[in-house]
Amino acid sequence: MQTVLDFEKPIVELEQKIEEMRGLSAADDMDIEDEVQRLQEKLRKLSNKVYSNLSRWQRYQLAKHPDRPYTFDYIDRMCSDFLELHGDRRFGDDKAIVSGIGTIDDTKVAIIGHQKGRNTKQNVYRNFGMPNPEGYRKALRVMQLAEKFGRPVICLLDTPGAYPGIGAEERGQAEAIAKNLFEMSHLRVPLLIIVIGEGASGGALGIGVGDRILMLENTWYSVISPEGCASILFKEEGASKAPEAAEAMKITAQDLMEMKIADRIIEEPTGGAHRNYDETAKILKKIILEEIQSLEELDTDTLLQQRIEKFSKMGTWED
Amino acid sequence: MDWFRRVKKSILSSEKKQIPDGLWVKCDGCEEIIYKKELANNQHVCHKCDYHFRIGSQQYIDMLLDEGSVEEFNQHIKSVDPLDFKASKKYSDQLKNARHKTGMEEAVRSVTGTINSMPLTMAVMDFSFIGGSMGSVVGEKIARATDKARENKTPLVIISSSGGARMMEGAYSLMQMAKTSARLKLFAEENLPFISLLTHPTTGGVTASFAMLGDFILAEPGALIGFAGPRVIKQTIGQDLPEGFQRAEFLLDKGFVDRVVDRHHLKQELTTIIEFCRT
Ligand SMILES: [Zn+2]
Repeated sequence: MQTVLDFEKPIVELEQKIEEMRGLSAADDMDIEDEVQRLQEKLRKLSNKVYSNLSRWQRYQLAKHPDRPYTFDYIDRMCSDFLELHGDRRFGDDKAIVSGIGTIDDTKVAIIGHQKGRNTKQNVYRNFGMPNPEGYRKALRVMQLAEKFGRPVICLLDTPGAYPGIGAEERGQAEAIAKNLFEMSHLRVPLLIIVIGEGASGGALGIGVGDRILMLENTWYSVISPEGCASILFKEEGASKAPEAAEAMKITAQDLMEMKIADRIIEEPTGGAHRNYDETAKILKKIILEEIQSLEELDTDTLLQQRIEKFSKMGTWED
Repeated sequence: MDWFRRVKKSILSSEKKQIPDGLWVKCDGCEEIIYKKELANNQHVCHKCDYHFRIGSQQYIDMLLDEGSVEEFNQHIKSVDPLDFKASKKYSDQLKNARHKTGMEEAVRSVTGTINSMPLTMAVMDFSFIGGSMGSVVGEKIARATDKARENKTPLVIISSSGGARMMEGAYSLMQMAKTSARLKLFAEENLPFISLLTHPTTGGVTASFAMLGDFILAEPGALIGFAGPRVIKQTIGQDLPEGFQRAEFLLDKGFVDRVVDRHHLKQELTTIIEFCRT
């Protein structure tokens, strides 16, 4: 079922109207044809207007849109073959992080990504894309496999956060994330990081250290969700102040470009990735191949040095 | 001895309470009224129930490093307000107030010195400065302390006390986790020990980066240590948390901490570890 956000409504309504008119125009009526063209022009203008003026909160909603493509939607469209690899060899197989090996055109890569569910049943299975420590340990295991065989790694970030549960703490959620940051900073193959939806805090960063950080146009990445931030800062009003928190924390792809954390924004088809999976995957695939090629031109020592420098530069202070 | 119940009680009633002014103080562990001077002479540990009162960076420095050996570095790196952050409060005001209240520039101090005559680089966090939260400056100072230890070929000790990353610096504060971890990986290429001491509380982004990366990980008794805060977990799972959950002793039992160390033995244990690692 399609979910329509408030600010998407006028666009979807106009689209439906055009569809209806088209049905009528089967009678080959010239007047209707003119009207359809007029409405299409109106739709184009309306879409441009709506999507070029989105607030941070609206972008946040697009990033969380229940119809948005997830990791496997991209893998299915980009890879000619993909073998999922399961388990951390320690405790279990986390379903909120998926990993495996595959081929994009002629390039063999390892892909790791957060995976959300499309409906309630899937979301229970995927734990709403919120990993336990096993997910991070599996991710690292597969990254080190890629390192061993000299293949680049692509990480697709899309999580509302690492899971805050009893078992997660018992099995060392913090240690698992910390170990990934530590090891990923020196993994001796190209590491391409792409935020495809939600980049929530350490849960995202746990598979987010790399040579290039790309963000799809309608995504967010920050230290805490706007709701989480609001519930701490505005105790009583709580989550109702989340839009304000989103503004204050500056969480969008555009913001992260300005903060010099993200390296590149990947434009989505008009209306957002959720309106056209195939087109989004096509754009993503092209950029992935381009980025991997340029990273593979660097020798390993330069690659690692640049990676450390990249993160060393992040932040602002007076010295 | 029922350590957990006492600690739990103290968490509920007086999480943020500092030792109040005056000559006497009530123990958060056992409610005993203690003469402040006596407490200070006992390294701020209750003589009756061993409750470890929270202490600041200066007290750790005085307690662990040899007298006259201490030199602070990078003390003038200053936080700015990169996002012009205003929500319920302005971040720039919060910084101003914290500086005024604590007399410190930031939530971490970095020093060189000797411990029983052996050179050491040490970074000590201070919870009293905006909850020991990690923004750009805390991350940068930890990273530079790590570099200093590498350049001077000394062991590195980091004493953590933090509620996590600093929201008011948004994604910048998140990225300090990656920055500090990457620099520790460089440090790890030398044969020098990194000893991480976790004190009450160590949670969030600090735990999920440098604090959990020690070659040796020590914790103070009763310290709350975790990734997610207990309140968030309780809210998420909708049930009460088990007694002693996320305490130093719990992490010891689960295998994430090498030793829970009474403050009285801390200097001696650090010395023993550093001597073991000397080549
Ligand atoms: Zn006591």
